[in-house]
Amino acid sequence: MKKVVCILSLALTLGACGSKNEKKGDAHALNGTIKIDGSSTVFPVSEAVAEEFRNVQPDVKVTIGVSGTGGGFQKFSRGETNISNASRPIKDKEIAICKENNINYLELEVAYDGLAVLVNPENTWVDSFTIEELKKIWEPAAQGTIMKWNQIRPEWPDEEIHLYGPGVASGTYDYFTEAVVGKSGSSRGDFTASEDDHVLVQGISGDKYSLGFFGLAYYSENKDKLTLIGVHNGTEVVKPSLETVKNGTYSPLSRPLFVYVNSTSVKSPEVVEFVNFYLETAGELATDVGYIPLPEEKYTQQKESFKSFVADNQ
Amino acid sequence: MNNIQKNRWKDQAFKFWGIFCTMIGLVLLTIFIGDILIDGIRRIDWDFITDLPSRKAENSGIYTALMGSIWILALTTIIAFPVGVAAGIYLEEYAKNNKLAGLLEINISNLAGVPSIIYGLLGLEVFVRIMNLGASVLAGSLTLSLLILPIVIVSTREAIKAVPQSIKDASFALGASKWQTIWHQILPASGGGILTGVILALSRAVGETAPLIVVGALAYVPFAPQSPMDEFSVMPIQIFNWISRPQAGFIENAAAAIIILLGITFIMNGIAVYFRNKWQKKWK
Repeated sequence: MKKVVCILSLALTLGACGSKNEKKGDAHALNGTIKIDGSSTVFPVSEAVAEEFRNVQPDVKVTIGVSGTGGGFQKFSRGETNISNASRPIKDKEIAICKENNINYLELEVAYDGLAVLVNPENTWVDSFTIEELKKIWEPAAQGTIMKWNQIRPEWPDEEIHLYGPGVASGTYDYFTEAVVGKSGSSRGDFTASEDDHVLVQGISGDKYSLGFFGLAYYSENKDKLTLIGVHNGTEVVKPSLETVKNGTYSPLSRPLFVYVNSTSVKSPEVVEFVNFYLETAGELATDVGYIPLPEEKYTQQKESFKSFVADNQ
Repeated sequence: MNNIQKNRWKDQAFKFWGIFCTMIGLVLLTIFIGDILIDGIRRIDWDFITDLPSRKAENSGIYTALMGSIWILALTTIIAFPVGVAAGIYLEEYAKNNKLAGLLEINISNLAGVPSIIYGLLGLEVFVRIMNLGASVLAGSLTLSLLILPIVIVSTREAIKAVPQSIKDASFALGASKWQTIWHQILPASGGGILTGVILALSRAVGETAPLIVVGALAYVPFAPQSPMDEFSVMPIQIFNWISRPQAGFIENAAAAIIILLGITFIMNGIAVYFRNKWQKKWK
């Protein structure tokens, strides 16, 4: 009797194995959950990829949170998420926590975001800015001293300059201040700040003597209400566009957007599949949501490095 | 101008000032609702309610957020209602004049004024991490329950206070115990008031974003929660997410979702008013 049970259970186990292998073989229908969290700037790209991934692998549940880049890394470094969205590279402090918890990761660039410098369409005097001029306007020392347009260039009008920018908690503000002032999060305080970029669009479009900055995607949606100003990159004046951000000439006001992948997660085939799918589709989907794709070869390169990352961590 | 005329004039002036003040709220609400309706009403259809979120504004819907909000609302009711009402009854009927009650009273009033994000931080540490519930519907509901408990307790006490002493006296005179008096006299008499308070507190909970974001509610979930341990999103997070997108279509989506959220709160307030009226009539 015992023998029969033994044989039966063996047969059952083998049978189960067989069917599992078969499943893997055909069209590899995967399931499982993939947890993503992090930057709200990167969110639209990841959301778009997750949406398309649903068509390919309907049983894989992808969830995305928006705790911000820092909040995302906090969860990522505790091993609570598989993938982290980030609008800046990981910081040393965060790397240390990852190491403490034995978490290895791979950094992947998925798209570019350009920062646009804008004025009112009735502003006829500004044709370009240099980074020095922007610094002179935005640095902390400018508060209360640089108040008029003609303080920047004498030929500009003797009128008050009204500044608009994203709120100090946003990654966009961090990035702008780092690129222009030289220190992340340091700027004058007397400007109109709003977390809602639509408010900035309205502010600048209704104020002849205004000057502001925000993500390029908001300019693309409001071209008729705003004038885009080119920024001198050291050799020439460049306006942000698909081309200039992609080829790196719109510098320093463009930045890469990242996703970070946890090494233990790549043991699950659904995560590997998802990241490969991400790198394949990110270029096209980034354009859909208002960002700028990387050059094609960059995606190919990263697919290769992801492949070896997966192989190293099996 | 003699004194009588002066007083009449003052009377009239105050009346108009009063009308003006009353109208501010009404006019603002009308403008606000009108603006939202113009922006969003065309976007609402069955697909909008049953579709999943999408990168294309015209394909996105609120299904998962709406389901998440309903789950949160149901669980929060189940948790906050019995606890809050029991605490209210205790404070009003049992612990009326001792020192502990005084201390509790001050603390409850203070808790009602604590910013909601602080509750989120508490929920993250206690429910998500220590109790290991994860960013689940249950953790979110527990956090929101804490948030609305003070409101439920205070309104329960107010409702119980409004029950005339004569009814209690009559009940005791007939030999009823304290519990019998509470269960058969006080609770039925104050039920309308208690329910009103609870429903208004829940209407507040349904609009909360900050504590749920801190607890870990998600912005993109392609499935509705199936159990209290599932991850979730809620309507206010979905609205906030859409508002911060550059494309005009998402703004329209946000307006449409706001209409639905407003609809939910209006219906809840309506139910509160209905219960209040029904109970009051019965009791008289």
